[in-house]
Amino acid sequence: MSESTTAVVVGAGHAGLAASHFLTERAIDHVVLERGEVANSWRRERWDSLRLLTPNWLNRLPGHHYGGPDPDGYLSMGEVVEFIDRFAALVDAPVRTGTTVTSVRRTDDGYRVRTDRGELACRTVVIASGACNRPAVPRLSEALPDTVEQVTPFAYRGPDQLPDGGVLVVGASATGVQLAAELRRSDRPVVLSTGEHVRMPRMYRGRDVLWWMEAAGVWDERHDEVPDLTRARRLASPQLAGTADRTALDLNVLTDLGVELVGRCAAVRDGELLFSGGLRNVVALADLKMDRLLNTFDEWADVAGTGSDVKPPERFEPTRVPASTRLRLDPRGGEIRTVVWATGFRPDYTWLDVPVVDEKGHLTHDGGIVDSPGLYALGLPVLRRRKSTFIHGIEDDARDIVDHLADYLAGRG
Amino acid sequence: MTAIDSIDNGVNVQALLEAREVLKGAPEAAQFTWRSTTRWENGVHTTSTVKNFFGLGAEQTHKAEASFTADHPEVFAAEDHGITPIEYLLVGLGSCLTAGIASVAQNRGIQLRSVEATLEGAHDIRGILGADSDVRNGYDGIKVTFDIDADASKEDIEALVAQSQKRSAVFDALTNPTDVTVHIV
Repeated sequence: MSESTTAVVVGAGHAGLAASHFLTERAIDHVVLERGEVANSWRRERWDSLRLLTPNWLNRLPGHHYGGPDPDGYLSMGEVVEFIDRFAALVDAPVRTGTTVTSVRRTDDGYRVRTDRGELACRTVVIASGACNRPAVPRLSEALPDTVEQVTPFAYRGPDQLPDGGVLVVGASATGVQLAAELRRSDRPVVLSTGEHVRMPRMYRGRDVLWWMEAAGVWDERHDEVPDLTRARRLASPQLAGTADRTALDLNVLTDLGVELVGRCAAVRDGELLFSGGLRNVVALADLKMDRLLNTFDEWADVAGTGSDVKPPERFEPTRVPASTRLRLDPRGGEIRTVVWATGFRPDYTWLDVPVVDEKGHLTHDGGIVDSPGLYALGLPVLRRRKSTFIHGIEDDARDIVDHLADYLAGRG
Repeated sequence: MTAIDSIDNGVNVQALLEAREVLKGAPEAAQFTWRSTTRWENGVHTTSTVKNFFGLGAEQTHKAEASFTADHPEVFAAEDHGITPIEYLLVGLGSCLTAGIASVAQNRGIQLRSVEATLEGAHDIRGILGADSDVRNGYDGIKVTFDIDADASKEDIEALVAQSQKRSAVFDALTNPTDVTVHIV
């Protein structure tokens, strides 16, 4: 006879712990299953120099917020782990660490959760295992010659770990621009391959751009109000870094550092990397979208009014693109010794034996309510709101999901 | 009547949006094959015809067969019965981007009054002549200049032009490599 509980939460990151907080508040009996330790991905799957993109004052979880001396700073990974650890203690979450879920199956009255430490029967399951379980590396990587070292952000810790010589960074999300800058500063030649990306200044009109995202209500936009939800859910992370000097890290900054820009990595043919000739357009799209976002901020400020420290509207230099960019690069020439694949991440649902994953590996859900009774998700991009994947974005989502879950248990769902 | 209903660029955006929804769930119907046949006339003069294609799970036919003459100009020591094949690439790109602009404008409720694209492809012919093996055969670069008169701000027009490139088949075909196989029967 296996153990039973009402709800099983998969994952003890900030999302799973927030779910636990609201489940406890409603006295719903539950356990949180964690393959490693609390905040495991933050501990083991991030590079050394990474800091949170959100300023400290914005880091809040239900009943828990940053109380340290530097509200405008950005937490290091160690500090994020401490922050989430403190939250776990505060919530007194029933976490079982070192417990890997190997299978979740439907039963007549709920789900059977199999782990490497035994089975649990439950009525409902909350999937809070994260959106970034595996680096997504394009298939064309397989065609690269063996002389080139290939690294994903999961394995990357710092420049010292890479062989001397040039690096091609593929992808210009937050990850790609941060690693390109760091590698360039380590005195390596760096080429950055850039497809569609999201440009953002770090500071706008004297305030953190993420202050504007929150104040102007952009982050609160609900999933059912977002015009193109599919696109919004697969958008790259914005080109931001949490550095002490609070400076921008856009393509112009990288160009000034000496990083060479090329188009999207389109193919490897006869061992040679081929890049798109469409760089100028992806850059134009990103500049236009940034300006549109800044217009949104200005329009909000005109109506709402802002503090006297907020400076007048400003616009930033358009992204400079070289008159001609390279369309091919032969790594066998020795110019590039390493390729860093900053091409995004995918969730891993190989353990989920419920038919709710589409052909692209994404969960089929409506605002976190998965297409199987009693099954829920948290912490995925634009799950219920634009802020869903940010630490401060989890509270509203977790409350909504646990409300729905409680209604379901009461036979009202 | 809303502003979007009253603008008319002659594009049936509703049908395109509906097709997008339908094809999301039916990827097999979205598989098209475009075809053309080229017949050698004489010298570097050819005639190509286009009539049939495959799509939506069935053979399809254009209303009429289209015929295209290609040749090379007299400075290439040819008879100039028609434009050069590489000029057809400019024709394809210009018409694709312009069609995209009309479609995106319709979808965004922007009335177009006139759109004119001027295309220039820079081409070092030492490549095709085999005069310098470091010179590529194709274009070094293509420059497209749009002159657009529309009921829209400069930013909205820039966004139209950017979006039309983002969704253009020919822009993609020219900027990204494509696998080409050639057989003999």
